[in-house]
Amino acid sequence: MPGPAPDERMRPEGRRNEQGIRVDPEAEATHEPREAVLAALVKHEPGVLAEVSGLFSRRQFNIESLTVGATMDDDVARMTIVIEEPDPGVEQAKKQLEKLVPTISVRELEPASTNRELALIKVDGEKPDDVNAVAEMYDGTAVDVSADSITVEVTGSQQKIDAAIDAFRQFDVQEVARGGTVALERGADTLQDDD
Amino acid sequence: MSERASIEEADEADEDGETAAEQAPVTTGAQSVVRALENAGAEYVFGVQGGAIMPVYDALYDSEIDHVTMAHEQGASHAADAYGIVSGEPGVCFATSGPGATNLVTGLADANMDSDPVIALTGQVATDLVGNDAFQETDTVGITQPVTKHSYFAGDADTVGDDVGEAFALADEGRQGPTLVDLPKDVTQGETDVEPGEPKAPDTYRPAEEADDANVQEAADVLAEADRPLILSGGGVIKAEASDELRDFAREYEIPVVTTMPGIGSFPEDHELSLEWAGMHGTGYANMAITNTDCMLAIGTRFDDRLTGGVDSFAPDADVIHVDVDPAEISKNIHADYPLIGDAKAVLRQLYDAMPAEPDADEWREQCQTWKDEYPMDYDTPDDEPLKPQYVVERFSELADDDAIVTTGVGQHQMWASQFWTFTEPRTWVSSHGLGTMGYGVPSAIGAKMAAPDQEVVCFDGDGSFLMTVQELSVAVRENLDITYVVLNNEAVGMVRQWQDGFFEGRRMASEYPWVPEFDKLAEAFGARGFRLEDYDDVEETIEAAREYDGPSVVDAIIDPEENVFPMVPSGGDNGLFALNEDHLEMI
Ligand SMILES: Cc1ncc(C[n+]2csc(CCOP(=O)(O)OP(=O)(O)O)c2C)c(N)n1
Repeated sequence: MPGPAPDERMRPEGRRNEQGIRVDPEAEATHEPREAVLAALVKHEPGVLAEVSGLFSRRQFNIESLTVGATMDDDVARMTIVIEEPDPGVEQAKKQLEKLVPTISVRELEPASTNRELALIKVDGEKPDDVNAVAEMYDGTAVDVSADSITVEVTGSQQKIDAAIDAFRQFDVQEVARGGTVALERGADTLQDDD
Repeated sequence: MSERASIEEADEADEDGETAAEQAPVTTGAQSVVRALENAGAEYVFGVQGGAIMPVYDALYDSEIDHVTMAHEQGASHAADAYGIVSGEPGVCFATSGPGATNLVTGLADANMDSDPVIALTGQVATDLVGNDAFQETDTVGITQPVTKHSYFAGDADTVGDDVGEAFALADEGRQGPTLVDLPKDVTQGETDVEPGEPKAPDTYRPAEEADDANVQEAADVLAEADRPLILSGGGVIKAEASDELRDFAREYEIPVVTTMPGIGSFPEDHELSLEWAGMHGTGYANMAITNTDCMLAIGTRFDDRLTGGVDSFAPDADVIHVDVDPAEISKNIHADYPLIGDAKAVLRQLYDAMPAEPDADEWREQCQTWKDEYPMDYDTPDDEPLKPQYVVERFSELADDDAIVTTGVGQHQMWASQFWTFTEPRTWVSSHGLGTMGYGVPSAIGAKMAAPDQEVVCFDGDGSFLMTVQELSVAVRENLDITYVVLNNEAVGMVRQWQDGFFEGRRMASEYPWVPEFDKLAEAFGARGFRLEDYDDVEETIEAAREYDGPSVVDAIIDPEENVFPMVPSGGDNGLFALNEDHLEMI
């Protein structure tokens, strides 16, 4: 066959990175994973949670937490999804989620949004006073007490919950149930506005 | 006079122009389903009967919609898919619950990858049995959700018709794709007098029409400034009926055009601005242009890895303007510097008006011409046997009608068909791209012929692919469809054999098929006409005989079993480093 062989052909020097972004030395952006909180309003129907979680798993988005609950409108549920992705991945996750038919609106919440998680922490019941003292430090309350165990309820940011669990370790943590993040935008702004 | 004819005549006499079926009120969920299909304008249904779908078939008995009984549900979904590609309207397929529904899945996944409009209706066990592992129960919605635009579970006879209408509209609007409605038997048998409304996509689905004007202007300015501008036209251009707009745009601003493989036919391959298609087995000149462009206007393409090769070396100098109706395609694989979200037809018009000038690209066009001269699509033609498959395709292309439709299986034959046939019109190239489904050929030719009965339909198939859905020949015979099947018979799953030779040291594990049947005789057993083709001298005569036969014919073309597909960009490779032969493969 005629024509120059592969190594003799005209070709530019440029390159793209694995996200398909042109690697320009002046403006090269490195995209490290970051935590993003997506909030979505979805139709409150059977199968929607499976559809959303299926989407995230088959597209290999890294889910940190996914919560779902009712809203004031019986036909609408709200999901809060925390993912850890580089920027293009966050954008892609958002758009894929928007594409689902039961999705009404999606927004990435500001980092300053109100994020809360609930945890129930069951510890050994031998030192109730000490447990109470630690619970108070984290604005927690004992919600169940028996001869052998105390269960404390703590709410707050993910970091606060992590710290609380750490602090309770001294009492032999027997079991933890965490609810995952729920979040609202600060101020009067609501997700319904996007609809 | 047949029953159908008498009904048709009665209709013509009806002054309101309403059909007899439309006048009868709906009394069951199943009738509502069929009414919804009628409202949506469905002409054909491809399907297979079964327990859970029987009520819907019963309602179809009274409908004007024609049912085409297929031999296997996979065939039904591929036929519906091809019908959708050729007609532009959703193809409809039916299957019963359980195994019927699971047999559809391959076709739905195929349609999903290629954004082909298909609506599947599946029977389901009665709602009180759902979840109990009842006879022929499967979680059809759960199984199909990842491979459809949306799957519906229709739980109520009063709303089932609207569910079907919604699914039909959803398959068709925006970025087309498959949808499914699962129909529990008690719902289709249930009483209702609710007439379904006009088909309407769900209100949460709002595809953009035009792109933002300011963004269009910015993109047009960049394109007009380019030294090496290139249009990359994808399947979305055809889906959006934007081929005319593309042609006008490219000719007016004299910008060379490369298509993706699904975009074949969006731009005439015999036009001087055409570089044909790019990607793994695309032309050398298309891949050179892709690699060296400094501004790429990409329309309706999802930058599949068979097109891009490794993303690091894909159009590394180019500003990318990406037009797509699906925002999620923007920057999914290749970063878009100038995203334009909207319908391709509308956005091409906007761009046409916004272009400040024609790019100053004489040199670039000359360069593209040089590449065409340097890397022509070529193959060795020794005078004696064995027959080269490329020659068969090329000769057929010359003999066939200009608007002939080509369908294929998956493998080497698919690549030869796309390389050596000259496509000039949209909706004449029907193939399985994204999923790469062997077995697509035989049923897709049936769907294509149903959609375009006046156009010539040719299917190039491989012996391996043909065997996967050969049973559908019985359907082509029963419906007396004038289709020419050409099996490029290399007694191998040739594409696998080629990769084994190239990348697995020639260890031909499970790729040689010396036991394939004589396909001409097999065709005769089905009631089709069979031909055997071995000699160069007989090519034209055999093709003409098969074309002239009024009904399905199968040409068993015995080709060189060692022939390989070139050019080739190895998987994940650099498009500019395509190999023209085995020696090149070792260099890259
Ligand atoms: C359903 C399915 N199974 C397996 C494959 C893997 N595969 C890709 S190409 C190919 C060879 C196809 O052989 P054939 O249809 O005879 O065509 P040829 O390559 O010989 O022209 C195979 C096995 C596939 N694409 N689809």
